Amino acid sequence: MNKKIDSLSPIERKIIPFLNLEINEIVEKSELDRTTVLRALKFLEEKEILILETRRKEIIDLGTNGNYYKRNHLPERNLLSFLEKNNHIEIGEAKKQIKLSDNEFKAALGVLKRKSLIDLSNGKIKISINKEELTKKFPEEKFLENLPLEKSKLSGKEITVLKSLSNRKNIIEIIEERKTTFNLTEEGKQLAGKQITSNFIEKVTSEMIKTGTKGKKFRVYDMKSQVPQLFGGKKHFVNQSIEYAKKIWTDLGFKEMNGKLIETAFWNFDTLFTAQDHSAREMQDSFYIKKIKGKLPDKKLVEKIKLVHEKGVSGSKGWRYNWEEEEAKKIVMRTHGTTLSARTLANLKPEEIPAKYFAIGKVFRNETIDWSHGIEFYQTEGIVIDPDANFRHLLGYIKEFYKKMGFEKIRFRPSYFPYTEPSVEIDAFHPGKKIWLELGGAGIFRPEVVVPLLGKNIPVLAWGQGLDRIIMEFYKIQDLREMYSNDIKSLRNKKIWTK
Amino acid sequence: MVIVRHSLKEFEKHVVLSDENLEKLSLFGTPVELLDKEVEIEINPNRPDLIPLEGLVRAFNTFQGKTKNKTYSINKPEKDYKVFVDKSVKEVRPNTVCAIVKNLKLDNEKIKDLVNFQEKIHTTMGKNRKKMAIGIYPLDKIKLPLRYEAKNPLNIKFAPLGYEKEMNAQQILKRHPAGIEYSHLLKGKAKLPIFIDANGKILSLPPIINSNETGKVTENTKNLFIECSGFDKEILNKALNILVTSLIDMGGKAYSMKIYDKKNQITPDLTREKIRVSLENVNKLLGINLKEKEMIKLLNKMGHEYKKGFAFVPAWRTDILHEVDLIEDIAISYGYDKFVPEIPKLATIGEESRENKLKSKISELLIGLNLLEISSYHLMKKAETKKLKLKNILEVENSKTEYKVLRQNLLSSVLRVLSKNKDKEYPQNIFEIGKVFSQDDNQETGIKEQTNLVIALTPGNFTEIKQHLEYLTKMLDLSYKVKETTQQGFIEGRTGSIVLHGKEIGHFGEVHPNTLKTWNLKMPLAILELNLDEVIEKICE
Repeated sequence: MNKKIDSLSPIERKIIPFLNLEINEIVEKSELDRTTVLRALKFLEEKEILILETRRKEIIDLGTNGNYYKRNHLPERNLLSFLEKNNHIEIGEAKKQIKLSDNEFKAALGVLKRKSLIDLSNGKIKISINKEELTKKFPEEKFLENLPLEKSKLSGKEITVLKSLSNRKNIIEIIEERKTTFNLTEEGKQLAGKQITSNFIEKVTSEMIKTGTKGKKFRVYDMKSQVPQLFGGKKHFVNQSIEYAKKIWTDLGFKEMNGKLIETAFWNFDTLFTAQDHSAREMQDSFYIKKIKGKLPDKKLVEKIKLVHEKGVSGSKGWRYNWEEEEAKKIVMRTHGTTLSARTLANLKPEEIPAKYFAIGKVFRNETIDWSHGIEFYQTEGIVIDPDANFRHLLGYIKEFYKKMGFEKIRFRPSYFPYTEPSVEIDAFHPGKKIWLELGGAGIFRPEVVVPLLGKNIPVLAWGQGLDRIIMEFYKIQDLREMYSNDIKSLRNKKIWTK
Repeated sequence: MVIVRHSLKEFEKHVVLSDENLEKLSLFGTPVELLDKEVEIEINPNRPDLIPLEGLVRAFNTFQGKTKNKTYSINKPEKDYKVFVDKSVKEVRPNTVCAIVKNLKLDNEKIKDLVNFQEKIHTTMGKNRKKMAIGIYPLDKIKLPLRYEAKNPLNIKFAPLGYEKEMNAQQILKRHPAGIEYSHLLKGKAKLPIFIDANGKILSLPPIINSNETGKVTENTKNLFIECSGFDKEILNKALNILVTSLIDMGGKAYSMKIYDKKNQITPDLTREKIRVSLENVNKLLGINLKEKEMIKLLNKMGHEYKKGFAFVPAWRTDILHEVDLIEDIAISYGYDKFVPEIPKLATIGEESRENKLKSKISELLIGLNLLEISSYHLMKKAETKKLKLKNILEVENSKTEYKVLRQNLLSSVLRVLSKNKDKEYPQNIFEIGKVFSQDDNQETGIKEQTNLVIALTPGNFTEIKQHLEYLTKMLDLSYKVKETTQQGFIEGRTGSIVLHGKEIGHFGEVHPNTLKTWNLKMPLAILELNLDEVIEKICE
């Protein structure tokens, strides 16, 4: 017991004389703020001096409209008073004359009808009760007058009234209150009310450093006591992982590409040999911007792209259809980062070859939002423009990237994209879950893509893979919505990217 | 991706479902998943020839080297095996190619497969019947030769599939389920296409519906008339070839038909297409070292013949546009798992863009001030634009969610985030760096994209937010001026605009309690939002 008394902190000591009181009174008497008192009580609970108990209480109070109606009466009362003076009035006319909003009028009419206080016939409203009854208070009015009330203590009748009022906008508000109380333990009962003094050193002060602490003892702290949580500033966890991924690419000698999130269909699809009737271009999959058309680049390039689609280039047959400029002028939120690669190729000077580029950025899909779908996600994009590049190099770069991202075992499968050939699909083996994760696609750009943009046919290795999936794996996130939900608590508590 | 299902029983007759074979199927590009009584196969959209079970089995067996490359023989057309194409179809659906297949044994399962095939080929190759549609008819109910012509919809009368009563084409388009679904394909056409037999009976109204009398295939049907109608003849031919070769694999005997159009031709035409392929290009692009003999073997395994620098491509392949497509086939045949990944010794200099480096530096500064970074969608809800009284909003078409509008500022994101986090511990001090959008006709896309920075302190006040601005500019060695300003949603007299070298680049101040109430917020809020592109530009100068 004495040891316990020695370890009491100043705030605990400050409230011990008042432990026979309620928490509110302790706050008042001890002149500490409420949070501090609660903290002190928590400490005392850890020392088994008392036991805290928290009870939740739902308090029903007036909402914004409720407050207004309390002063100016409920709409149904207003309507009834109005009808008293204007019985047998036409509905439309009543609506015009009375000072109620459309919704209020509708609600009031409904309520009075339900209560059988009025009759509606031939579009006219008639009061169906006598004068005496007219002045009788509605249960709703009584209820509002009695607020605030505790929900658990309502009578059955009151609950019905509460239900009907809850359906109406902002009349009542339910506030959750937490009430904390405590009970003293046997030890606590002995201590409560006593003044406890001590000669121990509490806080170390700069004064002490000067005068020294000879002959005095430091109060012993409870090593296990809880301390308030600290919240540091932090990068968003997705951005942490993306910075890491960027570093992988720069370490491998890749230069970053930057570009717009919104593009013309020309750059997002047409330069990438995606036929204008290809399903990926449909509105149900992509976000097109309403009412805006973009500009196409210089005529020469547009002609080349048209030719590639209609008749092909360097031995290709093309897609054989009428390519339309208008379709290419549509504006779309980029559906893949490959649009950056197309632009980079178009701007590349011959002396810059060989070259390696990467980008990590958001791409957009017109999807529903659920645990496995989202409207935006990150993609990592890369191209290697190298006369000597080959398929094995493509696999080499990709394998290295995923190895550094923590996936040792990678599998390549045949795939299809309109702009690459050969095309591959990449799966990574999840060692914990023992499943293959589908990561995305890659390939070597078709001559139909490279020749118009670059002017000659050089192998261009290209890839574009979603990153969200592997970020989710690292943070053990099950639901895709959590990635951009910005729940502050979960952001504060999320571990940092430690790869 | 095309998802195709076949009955497990039927599939197992042709392919043993061992782990080894499943792995092989995956490496062939057609991963198979085993369901209860069916198999589900993912087929890449460039390979519609693998949609019918027979097509997949043929290709997979050849791939494994089990069977030799198949050649199909088509019998010459008999006397009346003719289709006359009238000029009137030119305006509506100009082309058709046809075939006849006899001696089939169709059970219910097979008929179901045919219908499934038709459906898949319509959505993929046919672009929902727009480019191409296939019709299948019981030959014995039809009197040859046939005509393909276009007529006034009121003069087209027949009972469509599933109906006993005769209707005219207008009624069919309005009432029949297929009519309702596909009538847009014939919208605005004065005359509609039909197939009609020698007795004057209408077979169908392509690409909508067959006749109930002459267009219904049952278990008793042994002989089929097949037509493919649409636009590009090459696509029509390929679709016809895919179906006819599958039917031959089922045991049918195929006959060609004479099509009398501008070019008079005989279909189906199974002549292989000749495409150049060079061993040197193959080895160079794949990074391997094949001999010609090996390359030929690999080509054969994918169904191609080879002779002196040319591959001869099966007539049902739709995806071979260029040599690179053959090179991919060779790679698949070689085995994607056999390629040894390699990083070449290619010296290039890696570099993060200056812009992104600076953004990262700036967020580190803010993290040092204990701010938490958020990351939110670039799209906002329409209701939010009203709360913020935004003008000239840019909307996306047909969004499947509430997020419909491109954000114009980051304030909207911050308010949404804070209002979702009211129950989390305060203070909540957050920031975001992200793109915002505005209409600008000078841009190639008609939309200006700008990177903004927003800082939100709650509870927070003018002094605190200004401290953050001071710290940030001081660390970036920038000097700025403040001008009093008004800003939608902020308190007048407590809002300053940030002026950098004479240009207003943003604002900071206290958010008005009315705004906070609209967003259901309960704590005072101070905000700073500025154009980070301008800041970065100044730093780089």
